[in-house]
Amino acid sequence: MISAGIDMGTQRVKVAIIKDKQVIATAQNFSGFEPAAVAQQTLNEALEAAKLSREDVAHITATGAGVDMATFADSNISMMGADAKAGAYFFPSVRTVIDVGAEDARAVKCDEYGIMQDFVVNARCAAGAGTFIEAMARALEVDLEEMGPLSLKAERASTINASCVIFAESDVVSLIHREEPKSEIARAIFDAMAERVTSMVRRLGVTPDLALVGGVAKDVGFVAALKRRLGTEILIPENPIFAGAVGAGLVAARRAKRRQ
Amino acid sequence: MESEKDKTEFWRWLEYHSVMPGKDWRKANVITAGVDVGSVGSKAVVMIDGEIYSWSVLRTGSNSSDSAKKALDWAMQDTGLSLKDFHYIVGTGYGRVNVPMANRAITEIACHAKGANYIWGPSVRTVLDVGGQDVKAIRCDDTGKVVSFLMNDKCAAGTGRGMEVIADLLKIPIEDVGKVSLSVTEEPEPVSSTCVVFAKTEAVGLLRKGWSKEKVLASYIRAMAIRMSELIEKVGCEKEFVITGGQSKNIGIVQRVENILGVKRLPVPNLETTGLDPASAGAIGAALFAKALYEKEKHR
Repeated sequence: MISAGIDMGTQRVKVAIIKDKQVIATAQNFSGFEPAAVAQQTLNEALEAAKLSREDVAHITATGAGVDMATFADSNISMMGADAKAGAYFFPSVRTVIDVGAEDARAVKCDEYGIMQDFVVNARCAAGAGTFIEAMARALEVDLEEMGPLSLKAERASTINASCVIFAESDVVSLIHREEPKSEIARAIFDAMAERVTSMVRRLGVTPDLALVGGVAKDVGFVAALKRRLGTEILIPENPIFAGAVGAGLVAARRAKRRQ
Repeated sequence: MESEKDKTEFWRWLEYHSVMPGKDWRKANVITAGVDVGSVGSKAVVMIDGEIYSWSVLRTGSNSSDSAKKALDWAMQDTGLSLKDFHYIVGTGYGRVNVPMANRAITEIACHAKGANYIWGPSVRTVLDVGGQDVKAIRCDDTGKVVSFLMNDKCAAGTGRGMEVIADLLKIPIEDVGKVSLSVTEEPEPVSSTCVVFAKTEAVGLLRKGWSKEKVLASYIRAMAIRMSELIEKVGCEKEFVITGGQSKNIGIVQRVENILGVKRLPVPNLETTGLDPASAGAIGAALFAKALYEKEKHR
């Protein structure tokens, strides 16, 4: 049986096609100004990659901040629910899933079946989400992809007021004028972000094993900083950005089965 | 024409400078200056014998010390004044440690209270300062001395920077946002997040929902006003109440804060005839401190 999950993120739309509990195809695009159209297009691309048509898909479940824009979906699931499902699917031993996206971050506690038990979210402050790294990369005039590797070269971190992206921007500008090494500024940025995410996870309670998903999980600088702060190992799936879509796709499969 | 209009930077507020007519610094005993390098605007005020002589307000560049120099240069323009004529200069604001010509740096909180006391007189007890990146609620006594204060040192939400971002997105000149926001017939719900970084995302979402520009603006400004009012209520709002900083010109913020608190601010003096500018309150306070410090050091 074939199902699909679509994750309507603030920055990207992600689709995963699931066949018999295996991910057989994925696609992603920037959400842009017309997310509804982008959703349709991304689904089509994923179907094409899987050599399937819309009629082959038994059930589509949508999730993410712009969930209402995926009008073709058969059902919805919360972002926390999708994270829990995906976390347990990638790593059966996982009990805490941390999801850091472009504009929000979450920590979700789940059981061995991927059922969400508890969660905390940060959606009101950009300092704990991927946007923070983007804004700082711009201020440092460094490519976004370079930020992580650059930060790993530093042995110490600069001091910045990193409670807020706007304050941090001002600090970065003055640090550049003082000719502090960019690597040390980059490390300070990741440390600050990891600090915010860590305090969020601690509010939930750190239950091992931990998994990190979401677009920011790809960033080696953030991962290194988060490991330092949490003091534990963190499991990261191969394609962390698709976690929400995969979780939603697995939920879709169950719902399709129930309706049969 | 259309493309030219699209390129307009709606956030870009006007810079200005001026000299008080009929005054001569050459006859003065003490010449001082206050230079307030804020995160968004740099302000300089020149005082002769404790009275305002000239002033300037311009946008802060990426280098604080350059901005400080530019601001003071602009306040001295066409006056014949040069740096060596000053007896004492005080730097203040976010970039106060980077004011190269200053004899001393003093926090902007003390300077704003002192400046408000000078602009409106000894009855001022509560000062709301809304700057580019920060909001401060200051309580002071009848001499302009700070009694207590609170500021948003952890988050820039609800500050001038956010207003600039929204003005640019909605293509409404920053000078008009206050007035336009008051044109709605019914006050909308405030936006859920005033985070400067998220302001755009949320506003785009509301526009997509079919909200008018005016309604989105009113919603954002209302959220800003609620945040500011909470800060003032925490420090306690005692009359008389005044608003300083660049956003004191934003009538949309002023009226909403007044409504929430149930208190009217003291009226803004005429800048051209008095030289008293609430946006320069910090620089005015710094110039006053400069005079006091000069006199104290001279008598030592």
